[in-house]
Amino acid sequence: MKNQKTILIADDDIDYLYQIKLKVEQLGFNVITAESQAEAEKILQNIKPDLAIFDLMMETEDSGFILTYKFKKQYPDIPVIILTAVTAETGISFGNEISNENKWIKADVFLDKSLQTEKLQREINKLLKI
Amino acid sequence: MAILKVLVVDDEPGIRSGTKRILENFKVDYPFMDEQFNYEVLESASGEDAITLINQQSPDIVLLDNKLPGIQGIDVLEYIKKNRYDIFVVMITSYASLEVAVKATRNGAFDFIPKPFTPQELRSSIENITKQIFLKRMAKKLNKAGKEIRFQFLSVLSHELKAPLNAIDGYLTMIKEKQFGNNIDNYQHIVDRALERVSGMRYLILDLLDFTKIENGTPSQNIQEVDIVKIAEISIDTIRPYAIQRDIDVYLNSRSPVIMKADPSEIEIILNNLISNAVKYNKDKGRVDIYIKKENGKYLIQVDDTGIGMTKTDIQQLFQDFFRVKNEYTKNITGSGLGLSIVKKIVDMYNGKIEVTSTPGQGSSFKIYFPE
Repeated sequence: MKNQKTILIADDDIDYLYQIKLKVEQLGFNVITAESQAEAEKILQNIKPDLAIFDLMMETEDSGFILTYKFKKQYPDIPVIILTAVTAETGISFGNEISNENKWIKADVFLDKSLQTEKLQREINKLLKI
Repeated sequence: MAILKVLVVDDEPGIRSGTKRILENFKVDYPFMDEQFNYEVLESASGEDAITLINQQSPDIVLLDNKLPGIQGIDVLEYIKKNRYDIFVVMITSYASLEVAVKATRNGAFDFIPKPFTPQELRSSIENITKQIFLKRMAKKLNKAGKEIRFQFLSVLSHELKAPLNAIDGYLTMIKEKQFGNNIDNYQHIVDRALERVSGMRYLILDLLDFTKIENGTPSQNIQEVDIVKIAEISIDTIRPYAIQRDIDVYLNSRSPVIMKADPSEIEIILNNLISNAVKYNKDKGRVDIYIKKENGKYLIQVDDTGIGMTKTDIQQLFQDFFRVKNEYTKNITGSGLGLSIVKKIVDMYNGKIEVTSTPGQGSSFKIYFPE
């Protein structure tokens, strides 16, 4: 397929990574995976994806934030989705209301990890303007 | 240095200036305090003025005369209590009737100083209060730190419990939706992965039970003479089937009994964790060596492996709750991230010491020393 968009997915849970890779591939995208923040950073040296999906807790509790920060410095126009299981657990939400923190966390969307494929598809299409 | 504000409320100027003089160069420090306390003295000649000052300056201590021109000292005390100010009140009065004294005590007066008082009487009362304030502040700090750690632990724990559920959920949904067609053989991999996550969760729950038992701070209940070598033999037997699968040799290099006074279940937790880690994080055809001895009046438990090893950064974080070394070698290894943090807690309970040395790609060595 020509013009196939590439999505980089980083998650340290190999099962979750496998499943979401499958989901996103079925939506018609080309998927590159990374199992850690470090691996994602390595991949990004050579590849510019069209969208990135990062897990929040990887090597450290805020790997996803740091990765997003570095990513946006490199590719300010490429959208980032952060996946988190934290919201439901702690009641900490990363909505727009904590703008102070969001100033440097430049993720475009935060999604809960137990998400439905349709919701993920909607968000990806919206960000890629498909 | 910390400054405590003392408000002296008395219509006699002599009492106010005397108090100021006595407290101005007074300082309190105890060996257990990490700071020294000094005093700043504020003055009020009436109860009304005192209330204004209390609202504006929030003093830590109020020295309160009962017999005042306007409202009485006892009314000021009631005001402090009603507004829930965190203030230590000392009544200074010569006319205190029993009734007033009882009422003042009920309303939270901390101490009574009879008038006229000597500088020493005032100082010892202030010193006593300072100790109370210091302890109260410490307790508050510790309580807050404890709550934060607890919250942190719970949020990480729920993450750890939820991750396998999400994975299993995902795999079951794939089966339900027949993602790979009707042939059940196509699902072999995902069924294996789901089962692996179930077993991981089981380990986590077992570790959590050990963890809460120790976290409870219940001192070891069942102290008796235990033979560490014997417990090591049992631990090795438990892990042996898995070691054989991966062709790893486990050697116990100590045969004669080493007797220590301890809770056998706690020693077992330590050995289980160290030995199973040495096998889990080993290379196929690797080797584990266990040494148990008593030397220089200390007990030594040593477990060496020829495994994947760790970096310095890994070692620094090794004993934190839920920490797991994450790299390409460890990604398929199931673990709760609690094992070594439990080991550390037990070793601390016995005033022991853990030493870790490791070389990435070559292996690790864990040494635990227990005092006699």
